[in-house]
Order: sequence, then structure tokens, then C-alpha cells
Amino acid sequence: MFTLSDCSITAHPWLQECAHEHAGALATFEGRVRSLNQGRAVTRLEYEGAEALAKNEFAKIEKEALSHFDIIEVRCIHRVGLLEIGDTAVWIGVLAAHRGPAFDACRYVIDELKKRLPIWKKEHYTDGDSGWINAP
Amino acid sequence: MFMMMRIEVTYYAMLKEQRGCAAEIIQTGARNAGALYEELANTYGFRFPKERLKVARNDAFVDWSTPLEDGDRVAFIPPVAGG
Repeated sequence: MFTLSDCSITAHPWLQECAHEHAGALATFEGRVRSLNQGRAVTRLEYEGAEALAKNEFAKIEKEALSHFDIIEVRCIHRVGLLEIGDTAVWIGVLAAHRGPAFDACRYVIDELKKRLPIWKKEHYTDGDSGWINAP
Repeated sequence: MFMMMRIEVTYYAMLKEQRGCAAEIIQTGARNAGALYEELANTYGFRFPKERLKVARNDAFVDWSTPLEDGDRVAFIPPVAGG
């Protein structure tokens, strides 16, 4: 399951709802906004996403994870909008019977997400400048 | 007979800033996604080479050679940076 959210991820109901009676493990990953990128002081970030396309592409990643690893469920929330330093930008939760596949699938999902999901990040710097990350 | 098609084009991030709008309806004779991008890049002076972008048709990633149909929604996807 995947959703884009323009509200704080830490308050999202999925963080509590991510549970299953057969799950002995929940591996989570949280990506946060940091104050330094490649030596430049960042004041805040702006995320933009193509929602329908992101959901469709995440569904493929989820299917891959479910076929490669012995897991039960994957959920992911990605922020859009303006984020401050320390805010959670992405949250991934993977439920599995055991910790090994949960950790492995969680790593797989965040790595694929970063490569494939149509989400863009604009950094705003202390000197007033700003720029899209990975701009050609 | 040569038919013009009506395509809804969506722009994101740096491409949206270059174009100055998020979406528009285009009347085009371009027969595939790649030809449509070349046409728009010429019209609006997009700086991004096609090789650095991806393209989506009706909310799914497709190849540049994918034929377009009247009423399609097309989005040009600049290099992503989620997570």
C-alpha cells in the first residue's frame, strides 16, 4: 500500500495499523530531512509527486518484494509539500513472520523507491538559493 | 486522412517551472511519446534531453516509441529524487 501525504507522517494512522497476527517482525525505515547536502546548508525541502503514477509504480515494487522475500505486507507513506529539518519524508513498514526477510524487503523497497517513484525534491538553502535535486 | 490528436500533457518539478504551467491540452500530430516531447521541446525550449527523462502514458511508464491515442494523458518525468 502506498500513499502520498501532505501532513506529518509521524501522526499517520498507518504507523499504528501496520500489524498482522502472523507477523513476528515489523521492519521500518524512516527517511528524514537533514540540514546538510553536499556541503550546502539546507533550510527546508519541498517534495512534489505524481500521485497516480507513483501508486502504480509502487504497486509493482510491492509485488516484487512480496515475490522475492517471505513477507506479509508492505506499506509506504511519502510526504509532499514543504518539510523542515528533521521531518520524516518517507516511512516504510514491512511485516513478516521473521526479521530477516523484513529487513531485506524494507531495504529493497526504499532502494527501488528512490530509483523509480515519480517524486521530486527541491532544496532551499540558507543563502536563499534553491534547486531541484538530480536536475539534468 | 491525417488526424490531429488531443493529448493532456502534465509537467512536474523542473519541467513544470520551465513550462510555466502544470498541465495543458495539446493538439498534436505526433504519433508517439518521443515525437510529442521533441515537438514540445522545440516549441517551449525545454533544456532536458529526452535521454534524461522518462515518459508515462495514462499513469504508467512506457517506452518513447509507444503510440499515442486521442485523449491520452502523457507526463514527462524528470530525474526522480524521492526518499
